[in-house]
Amino acid sequence: MLAQVGIGLGHYLTVGALLFTIGVFGIFLNRRNIIVILMSVELILLAVNINFIAFSAELGDLAGQIFALLILTVAAAEAAIGLAILVIFYRNRGSIAVDDVNMMKG
Amino acid sequence: MNSDITSFASLAPAFPEMLVAAGAIVLLLFGIFTKKERANGVAMAAVVLLVATAGIVIFHPAQGVIFNGGFIADEFARFMKVLVIGGAAFALILSLPSSRQHQLDKFEYSVLVLLATLGMMMMVSANDLMSLYLGLELQSLAAYVLAAMKRDSARATEAGLKYFVLGALSSGMLLYGASLIYGFTGHTQLDLIVDQIVMGERSIGLIFGMVFLLAGIAFKISAVPFHMWTPDVYEGAPTPVTAFLASAPKVAAMALLVRVVTVSFAPITSDWQQIVIFLSIASMVLAAFAAIGQKSLKRLVAYSSIGHVGFALVGLSSGTAVGVEGVAIYMAIYVTMTIGLFACILALRTQNGAVEDIAELAGLAQRRPFVAAMIAVLMFSLIGLPPLAGFFAKWHVFLAAIEARLFVLAVIGVLASAISAFYYLRIVKTMYFDEPVLEYAAVPRELTAVMGVTGFLVITYFVTVGGPLAAAARVASGSLF
Repeated sequence: MLAQVGIGLGHYLTVGALLFTIGVFGIFLNRRNIIVILMSVELILLAVNINFIAFSAELGDLAGQIFALLILTVAAAEAAIGLAILVIFYRNRGSIAVDDVNMMKG
Repeated sequence: MNSDITSFASLAPAFPEMLVAAGAIVLLLFGIFTKKERANGVAMAAVVLLVATAGIVIFHPAQGVIFNGGFIADEFARFMKVLVIGGAAFALILSLPSSRQHQLDKFEYSVLVLLATLGMMMMVSANDLMSLYLGLELQSLAAYVLAAMKRDSARATEAGLKYFVLGALSSGMLLYGASLIYGFTGHTQLDLIVDQIVMGERSIGLIFGMVFLLAGIAFKISAVPFHMWTPDVYEGAPTPVTAFLASAPKVAAMALLVRVVTVSFAPITSDWQQIVIFLSIASMVLAAFAAIGQKSLKRLVAYSSIGHVGFALVGLSSGTAVGVEGVAIYMAIYVTMTIGLFACILALRTQNGAVEDIAELAGLAQRRPFVAAMIAVLMFSLIGLPPLAGFFAKWHVFLAAIEARLFVLAVIGVLASAISAFYYLRIVKTMYFDEPVLEYAAVPRELTAVMGVTGFLVITYFVTVGGPLAAAARVASGSLF
C-alpha cells in the first residue's frame, strides 16, 4: 500500500541510515548520561532491523526477517547485561555521568 | 532438508560445540544446586571438558556444512578451534591459583568462559552472517560480564562498561554492514554472497557494507583505529580475565575476518586488501610508539597485542593462501606467547598484592631467576629474535607479503618491529640491571607448569612443533582457497 503512494526501498534505507547516524552520534556526543548511550545502541540495532526488513520485502526473501528477529533477541540480552554492568558501576562510583568514566587513560 | 534436521548423526560436525554447550549448562546447574563453594572444582571440570572437546576436534573431526549452510566444519575451522580451546583452557588454569584475590572464585566464572568459548567456536565455524553474528555476540556478552566480574572494584566495572559500550557499537556497525551486504547480494550465506559479486564490477552499496563489516570485526581484533578500548579493558579487568581476553577471542575474530574476506569477497580482493593494509600499518606503527611511554605492565601488553594483530594482518594483506597460512601460524604462536606472558605476570605477587608496574620488576632476576628468565625469553620472542618462535611467526607473514609484492608494507613492518624492541628490552633491562626493591611471594606450581610448557614451545619451536604446525596451517589455509 505504501508503495502505491511512492514510498519505496530508498525511503526505508534513508530512515535506517538516519537512525544509525543519530545512534552513533548519540554515543560520541553525549556527555551526560550512560543510559543515553544504551538508548543509542538500541537505536542503532533498530536502524539495522529497518534495513533488513526493507531489503527482505524488496527481495521477497525471508532470511532478512529471520535475521531481524534474531537481532531483537540479542538486543534484549545485550540491554540486560549493559544495565547490570551499569548498576555495579553506579554502586562503586555513585554516578552514571559519562565524564566520570575516566579512571584509566593513556 | 527434513532429514537434515531429524538425523542426529548428520549433526556430527557440530559435536564439539554441542559438548561445550551441554557441559556449560550442566556445570551451571551443578553450581546452582550445590550449597558449598566449589568454584575451583567447577573450573577443573571446565578444563577437562575443554580438553575433551579439543580431543574430538583433533582426533575425530567430522567435516561438512550443516544447518542449511549456516555452519561449516573444515580444516581451517579445525585449526582455529584447537587454538581457541587451548587458549581458553590455559586461561582457566592460570586463574586457579589467584582466583580468590581476583574475586573469580565463583562457579559462574568458568561457565562464562565456557559460553564465550562456545561463541568463539561458532565464530570460527560460521558460514552465514546470522551464525557469525550469534557466535560473535555469545562471545562478546560473556566477555563483558567477565571483564566486570570483580564487582566491588571501580576499575574492573569501568573496564566492563567501556568494553560493553564500544563492543555494542562495533556489533551495530557489523550488523549495518551485514544488512547492506544482504540487500545488495540477496544472500546471508558467505559462500553464496560470492556468487553475486561479479569480478571487477561492484556496487557502491556492497562496498559500503563490506567496510562496515570489516570495521566491526576490526573492533573485535582491536586493530587501529578501533583499538581505543583495549588498553583500558586490559588494565581494568582482573588479570586472569585479561589473559583470556588477550588470547582466545583475538584468534576467533581473526579467523572470522580471514573467512569473510577470503570466502565472500574473493572477487574484490583489491578492495578489502587496501583496508587490511591500512589497519595493519596503523596497528603496527601506533602500537610501537604508544607502548614506549607505558608504566603499567598490563597496558604495555595491550599495546603489544595491538601491534601483533597488525603483524598478523600483514599476512592477510597478501590475500593469498601463503598469507593465510602465515596468519594461522602467527595466531598459534601469539596465543602461546600471550599465555606464557600472563603466567609470568600472575606469578609476580608481593605480600600486599599484584605487581602491575614495570618499575616494580626491578631486580627480579636476583629474587626470582626462573620467572625473570621466562619473561626475558618471551620478550625476545615477542621482538622476533631467532631462533625463538616469534621470529618464525614474523618470518611467515613477511614472506607472504613479499611474495605478493607488498614491499612497502613489509619494510614498515620490519621497522615497527625494530622500534617495538625498545620497550620489550626495557623490561629485560629493568629485571636484570636494576636494584631489587620488592620481596616477591612464592610462585604457585600451576603457573610454573604453564611457564615451563610455553617456554619450552617458544624456545624449541624450530626443532619440535614448527614443522607440524606449518603443515597443519598449510592444510588449514588450503581449505579456504
